[in-house]
Amino acid sequence: MTFEAFMQNLMNGVSLGSLYAMIAIGYTMVYGILRLINFAHGDLVMLGAYWVFYGVAIFQLPWWVTFPIAILLTTLVGIIIERSAYKPLRNYPRINLFAAAVGVSFLLENLAIVIFGGRPKAFSRPGFLDSQIKIGNVTLVSYTLIIIVTAIILCALLIYIINRTKVGMAMRAISKDLETTSLMGININHIITIAFAIGSALAAAGGILWAVKFPQLNPLMGMAPGLKAFIAAVLGGIGNVWGAMIGGLLLGVVEIMLVALFPTMAGYRDAFAYAILILLLLFKPTGIMGEVQAEKV
Amino acid sequence: MLDQSNIFVHLAAGHNSPRPKQFKKERIMKLSKLCLVACMMVLVAGLIAGCTTPQATTQAPAQGADQQPPETKPAEVVIGVYEPMTGAQAAGGAQTYQGIQLAAEQNKEVLGVPIKVVLVDNRSDKTESATAMTRLIQQEKAIVVIGSYGSSNSMAGGEVSEKAGIPVIGDSPTNPLVTEGKQFYFRVCFIDPFQGRVMAKYAKENGIQKVAIIKNISQDYSVGLSAFFRTSWKELYGSEDGIVAETSYQDGDQDFTAQLGAIKDADAIYAPGYYGDAALLMKQAREMGFTGLFMGSDAWEAPELGQIAGAAAEGAVISSHYSADAATSPDSKAFVDAFRAKFNETPNTFAALGYDAFNLALDAIKRANSFDPKAIRDAIAATKDYPGVTGSITINETGDAVKDAVILQVENGAFKYLTTVKP
Repeated sequence: MTFEAFMQNLMNGVSLGSLYAMIAIGYTMVYGILRLINFAHGDLVMLGAYWVFYGVAIFQLPWWVTFPIAILLTTLVGIIIERSAYKPLRNYPRINLFAAAVGVSFLLENLAIVIFGGRPKAFSRPGFLDSQIKIGNVTLVSYTLIIIVTAIILCALLIYIINRTKVGMAMRAISKDLETTSLMGININHIITIAFAIGSALAAAGGILWAVKFPQLNPLMGMAPGLKAFIAAVLGGIGNVWGAMIGGLLLGVVEIMLVALFPTMAGYRDAFAYAILILLLLFKPTGIMGEVQAEKV
Repeated sequence: MLDQSNIFVHLAAGHNSPRPKQFKKERIMKLSKLCLVACMMVLVAGLIAGCTTPQATTQAPAQGADQQPPETKPAEVVIGVYEPMTGAQAAGGAQTYQGIQLAAEQNKEVLGVPIKVVLVDNRSDKTESATAMTRLIQQEKAIVVIGSYGSSNSMAGGEVSEKAGIPVIGDSPTNPLVTEGKQFYFRVCFIDPFQGRVMAKYAKENGIQKVAIIKNISQDYSVGLSAFFRTSWKELYGSEDGIVAETSYQDGDQDFTAQLGAIKDADAIYAPGYYGDAALLMKQAREMGFTGLFMGSDAWEAPELGQIAGAAAEGAVISSHYSADAATSPDSKAFVDAFRAKFNETPNTFAALGYDAFNLALDAIKRANSFDPKAIRDAIAATKDYPGVTGSITINETGDAVKDAVILQVENGAFKYLTTVKP
């Protein structure tokens, strides 16, 4: 591989990885606070993209209006899900909550098939995301850079919220011990709702940028990113925001590089990518940035 | 807290398990749970209501779906349809079903018995296709089945119908393996060895010297067509040197940049896959600076291709079965007019093939003068010079139709007729 080809593949990998990362940080944050693997996260990604589609196609709104509205609507859906499906189960064993999350995911997917229809929809990119940039022999489209920058900004913002604000402090407290936190006079329902709202907003942002990169919407489009983001979160050490970012980037770059190095085996890239993942987890079970957790009994 | 020490301890490790709560809190919990259950039920009811409308179209008042012996007149005759209405091939299935709907509207009964068309979604999935076929045969008691867009779907469904002895007419599965070794599977379209040759010949005639092949290894259609294209290329060019790369992806892949990175210097890319993959692939190829020709196959033909790929799809060339522009016979013109009147759009290949498949099924029932699946099977196998809207259909000894192909080119997002290629 020439240096230019390497750079081209690296950029493609980083851009794909940033999308994984953006979705993974929301995933990992919800897990970190509630110990809930929110399987519906991928479907919120899908919803975010569809809201933009309808905003543009039906209401003819410009992108700077539709993007925030789409994020807001998805956040609302996320809050409704948390209030109706997860909150009533909070005091039951985790496995119930997990099953509820899978149920919500199927519900959203099938509702989307009925409401949005099974045929794919075309997502039209705003002009500023569609211009080509040439650096030497490396060709990039402007969305590549925007995706990377957005991922970094959102990740930094999230870390700031978690580490530097009162809400973040409450979140960290809840992740340590829910009951003691509530004894300290913190409204845990309020905080958990905020966590879900932030997670859903991140999913929506990821969904919109996913649709910008792959402008084809279908009701099951959230499955693949959701799964990949979950894997990225585990790879980075689930519960750790920086870890999810690194895990996402790593997954994206490895996927692209494997195909670039072995083009004839391209169709089997997932098999190789996940063989590597299993190996990594065998040697480092808590992921790249994960800490060993003491069992609480 | 012993109740946490189960196998799911890693999932359960977070917070504490239930502890005694006040009575009031529990009642609120119960109430909210009730509300939740009610919500869910409403949603599920809505889902079911929403699902049944497109899934089962009753052409006549349903009066007991029980199949009676062929000697006596049954109350209704069930024609099963299994097509991908959701998933990666949804557009193909939806277009096919439009054609079938039109045909069913024009023919409300056969041999004096009302026709009931039952559609089951195979979700673009092999396993679901086998399930769909089982349901059509066992539950719906279909005596003849039509489907499916997607060779892999048809191959999975064909295993079931073969064992049950129910004849199936494929509308657009083009892989040879769909009918190979099967007594009950037929099709109204040509097969891929021919389709591969059509595009290899087009490449040769248009001065393509270097081609790259990108195939979807999850789909028999794509793998088969790539191989047939390669064989024909070798015959026409004398060697395989012109095929500069052959790479692959699988179902669900959306990022093709790594595959495309290796093939920048090709004159053309041949990517026989489904329209959704093809649209993303073309868009990414153009973004990476590829300037050559895109060559595709019949599964590219969907309005979504142009909508998703936009300018990147302009000039792309595909092989297909039919074009409304080339419809010359009075029958096919009448079909185009009737289709436009019903759906307010021009019928494409798959609508026309669905229309033909349905009408051929009725024709076979009439010729057999029976509702016995075995007799219908023999009548389909004996089809000769049936005047379909996609051309004359004669079923050969392998159960396939030998027909002309058309070459279409994307212009302003639509497929424009270029030429017809004889077998």
